[in-house]
Amino acid sequence: MNTVNLSINGHAVTVPATASVAAAIATTPAACFRRSVNGQPRAALCGMGVCFECRVRIDGNPHVRACMTPVGEGMQVHTDD
Amino acid sequence: MTEHYDVLVVGAGPAGLAAAQAAASHGARVGLVDAQARQGGQVWRHDAVHGTPRAASRAINASVGTRVPVTWLARHQVIAAQSQRLCAETPLGAVELSFGRLVIATGARELLLPFPGWTLPGVTGAGGLQALAKQGWPVRGKRVVVAGSGPLLWAAAASLRRHGARVLGIHEQASAAAMRAFALQLWRWPGRVAQALQLRAALHDVAHHCGSFVRRADGDAAVTSVQVTSGGTSMRVDCDLLAVGHGLVPNVALAGMLGCAMDRDGAHPVVQVDELLRTSVANIHAAGESCGIAGLSAARIEGRIAGHMAAGATAAATSLLRQRRHARRFGELLERHFALDPRLYALAEHDTIICRCEDVTLGALDGYTDARTARLATRCGMGACQGRVCGTALAQMGRFPRSDCRLPIFPARLATLADRASPPLPSRDSGDNHP
Repeated sequence: MNTVNLSINGHAVTVPATASVAAAIATTPAACFRRSVNGQPRAALCGMGVCFECRVRIDGNPHVRACMTPVGEGMQVHTDD
Repeated sequence: MTEHYDVLVVGAGPAGLAAAQAAASHGARVGLVDAQARQGGQVWRHDAVHGTPRAASRAINASVGTRVPVTWLARHQVIAAQSQRLCAETPLGAVELSFGRLVIATGARELLLPFPGWTLPGVTGAGGLQALAKQGWPVRGKRVVVAGSGPLLWAAAASLRRHGARVLGIHEQASAAAMRAFALQLWRWPGRVAQALQLRAALHDVAHHCGSFVRRADGDAAVTSVQVTSGGTSMRVDCDLLAVGHGLVPNVALAGMLGCAMDRDGAHPVVQVDELLRTSVANIHAAGESCGIAGLSAARIEGRIAGHMAAGATAAATSLLRQRRHARRFGELLERHFALDPRLYALAEHDTIICRCEDVTLGALDGYTDARTARLATRCGMGACQGRVCGTALAQMGRFPRSDCRLPIFPARLATLADRASPPLPSRDSGDNHP
């Protein structure tokens, strides 16, 4: 199976090339995808780009839906933890 | 830069794929737009481990084999619309698409109802967790409770098992009597019977509870257990994941932005179409779940009808009307037998968060009778999902009707909006007029 290497919160992660960024984050011990307005941990909910709970920073772009984004080689992902 | 298509199809699920293929078969230059990276929509979502379902592959390949091949526009999120043109955000910036005819095939999303603990990581939609598992989300060895309502629970549970999850049980809120009545009617749709038998075989050793629902989820950093109510009794189930969805709600934001009239299906708007799937706006057609939930077969037939119509082939469209009526009746069956138990609307407590984007609790909404006033005072529905989750839930719960969609249809980067030099975003007021 083809794999892709990316960085999640500075940690190197290798996942199948067909994975989404959301799936890649879920393979790490990252506690959550983002903190809510009141500081609660949140993670992916709808899996299809509707709820925006999985929004993270990807290659410097904030508020990108991880579930809608295919992984890419060398991608830099930061959760809003 | 503006690209022009004779027929533009928004949504690459079963309806959109069928529409694109049908329109292109008459020689029309067709563009097929989807926010996702791959075709298939939700029901035919590509599986990172198990590949694309066979029917989906056939439908996708068919659009390439038409007289004028369909142009596939992946990762195009439509953010604005006005007569004869759309603006989409792509990873490379803004794109303008103009069209002669438009087919709206924007499908549906899951109905997610609030209950204590529903914001914990590890709590997802039922179709939601299925979609995530197909993206490669690790579920192997995880203990999963599947709950909510509708045939999607079975499909989700089967997918999750295929990915190695331990499905502890399926909790369908509809009563056993309603489920039996549903099963007895299924023979009219032989394809559905085959699918139901397959799912039953795949899930033969999974406990299936009727008249049962999850009352709350508990955990600190993530869900660790749920409280399940069955009949008169309540019990705790330890789990790693809770996948809970209460059926589907049509995505009508794009149609609404274009001024298409809506019908109502319970608490939710559906795009109003005539038998040949023309909306109230000239040159705009709609097909599939956006016109009301009726499932895969209806979506495929309606896609073909809308695609033929968009290419001006009325005779080809008319020949499919009988099939359409039959497929649509499945939607009525679903609605009748999976009607939601009103107790589900009373699970959220005073301090339960309703608007997940802005952390607005149910208690904070006390005294408000319309979405707009509540939004202005509490920020409920003001966040990134634009009320798609909380507004839909509140309408279903009978709190207040949904407000119309606001521009941009989905949140967009400022750079995208700036890219879009001309014409400017149509000035439309926040659109909170209730019909």
